[in-house]
Amino acid sequence: MLENYIPIIVLFGIAIVLAIILMSLSRLLGPYRPNKNKLNPYESGMDPVGQAKERYSIGFYLVAMEFIVFDLEVIFLYPWAVGFLDLGLEAFFAMTIFIVILFIGLWYTLKIGTLDFSMKPTLANR
Amino acid sequence: MVEIDWYLALSAILFTIGALGVLIRRNAVVVLMCIELMLNAVNISLVSFASYHGDITGQILVFFSLSVAAAEAVVGLAIIIAIFRNNLSVDITRINLLRW
Amino acid sequence: MDYLYDLNTFLPATIMAAAGLVAILMAAYKARIGNIFNFTIVALVMALAVSIRDLFGPDGTAFFDMIAYGGTAAFGAFLVTLGTLFCVVISRDYLEAIDHHYREVYAMILFGSTGMVGLAVSNDLIMLFLGVETMSICLYVLAGLIKGEKIGAESALKYVLLGAFSTGFLLYGIALIYGATGATSYAVVAGAAEATPLFLAGTALLLVGFFFKISAVPFHMWTPDVYQGTPTTLTAYFATASKAASFIALVLVLSRMIPEIEGVELTQLLQVIAILTMIVGNLIALVQDNVKRMLAYSSIAHAGYILVGLAAGTPEGYTGVLYYLFAYTIMNIGAFGVIAYYERNHALDFTDVHNYAGLGYKFPVMGVLLSVFLFSLIGIPPFVGFLGKYYVFAAAVNAGLVTLAVIGVLASAASVFYYLRVMVYLYFREPHKEYQLVRPGALFKYSLILLGILTLWYGIEPIFPTDSLIELISTYY
Repeated sequence: MLENYIPIIVLFGIAIVLAIILMSLSRLLGPYRPNKNKLNPYESGMDPVGQAKERYSIGFYLVAMEFIVFDLEVIFLYPWAVGFLDLGLEAFFAMTIFIVILFIGLWYTLKIGTLDFSMKPTLANR
Repeated sequence: MVEIDWYLALSAILFTIGALGVLIRRNAVVVLMCIELMLNAVNISLVSFASYHGDITGQILVFFSLSVAAAEAVVGLAIIIAIFRNNLSVDITRINLLRW
Repeated sequence: MDYLYDLNTFLPATIMAAAGLVAILMAAYKARIGNIFNFTIVALVMALAVSIRDLFGPDGTAFFDMIAYGGTAAFGAFLVTLGTLFCVVISRDYLEAIDHHYREVYAMILFGSTGMVGLAVSNDLIMLFLGVETMSICLYVLAGLIKGEKIGAESALKYVLLGAFSTGFLLYGIALIYGATGATSYAVVAGAAEATPLFLAGTALLLVGFFFKISAVPFHMWTPDVYQGTPTTLTAYFATASKAASFIALVLVLSRMIPEIEGVELTQLLQVIAILTMIVGNLIALVQDNVKRMLAYSSIAHAGYILVGLAAGTPEGYTGVLYYLFAYTIMNIGAFGVIAYYERNHALDFTDVHNYAGLGYKFPVMGVLLSVFLFSLIGIPPFVGFLGKYYVFAAAVNAGLVTLAVIGVLASAASVFYYLRVMVYLYFREPHKEYQLVRPGALFKYSLILLGILTLWYGIEPIFPTDSLIELISTYY
């Protein structure tokens, strides 16, 4: 029973060793010039310490909302990808149409500037 | 091998918790989360039925319900933001302009 | 090639979906809003032409039995497209007047109608779910159009929370039916169904989801709030196109999927819901001062009359339901349209019935039109509403549900009061304030006149179009 889990333990081991190797390699080979912003836990500009109830920009919500949608639409690609060879050309065209539709959605959001953080986050002034 | 009844019971319990949450909770965001819980509880049912019947249809329906739930959550969140800008609150007991 | 053939059977929705994609790109590039409007109209006219062609075409199923075409489904697609076209035509001037004329509105309407057509032609529970959701998500967005005002945002929030809540029930119902039968296609489900607790629970939950969407009592609470907070022409869209699609999907589910099972009386459940819906809708409508809210409760009452036809459960009853939906679409868009027309005058709140005093003389044409639509909603003989009610109630009587039909007739007699009240204000009250009137846009006016003529035409001229329509509908069963 338990011996079934041995591969997982091996995987853990490999992951840990690999992480150590990669981190030390990047430290040894790359330039290291720390400053305040780089050492922040979240480089996105969120303050890691402070009031938990602090409000942050509405722009994050817009990105989050778009992330949810586009992230989940991708699940339709998985069954197609698994059956790609069996499904053939028709499914390929159908999937192309699907991706084009998704792309038009992305195009629209880019065009109206929801992903543009330099802009003031108001959609009302259109 | 766990029998299908257990999965169905789990699904029913989660669905009930979600439905009760919708009826009881006052924060609109939490209500939205409870609705997500209801939909995901149904997904458990669908997947276990699909496995029970040895049929793929249920799993496909789960894909659709997941993406639909995401779209619904997005529209819901957008509307909640609009409400918050108007009322400075997302307490649904204070959203009571329209009656009868 | 199979795909192209299948696509051809689903052409109205395909046209609308493609047009919606183009419209949203036009919105992204800030095209002139008039151009987007014209483009939408052209696309909808094309879709309408195709759906009329499909009415007389063959029937069958396509996309691996996902959708049905021809017959009831084709009639559903036709009805949805017709309703959408009229709502879009009257939307431009109105949205312009209330300063909420966003470019994306037309894209959302096109996507929503795609979902409605998908719902109305569904032949599989998966397609049903997708249609309902595509429709609902677009409607949530449209309900929140006046997001800067508390009432608009509030109605949108109520709609999205209750709508998503009902989606949960609908999906759970689908899951249980799938669990009981191992299939989602209507025909296969009908073949495999037995009266097991699982199947019955699934059917009940599915019906609860439907009752939410068609706003049947006791699942009607969202309707008046949403109808009041939404821009009026879009309210017309909610009340007609989306409701027609839901009802036709319900007809398809009841007639094709839920079979006759020993010891299960679905008719009784539908009867109880129909009686409750008619009584509650009409009673609460009696005390409304806000005309939009009054029409919202009246639309609940109309859902009750339509449920009478469903409760009959005979082909005759379903034919009556389809005809009623046709009549309801025409006259209700007309009634909401006239209200939207008055609302363009900003000096007063023209959703309050007290401010309708004397309007019948200030806008003679609109006064006559509103009277026509309201008489038709009451169900008075020379108008199309009467024929709708007649077919539904006659089907109920022939199916032996005399009590139900009597209650229906009594309920519609009670409805005379609140419809006539509006007309009393229109013609027999003195206006108590002077205000500037906005002159109409020609398109708005003539489309309303066209609706009025249709309301009268289908009532007066029962020989040609009505009979052929009835014949067309009744051959579907």
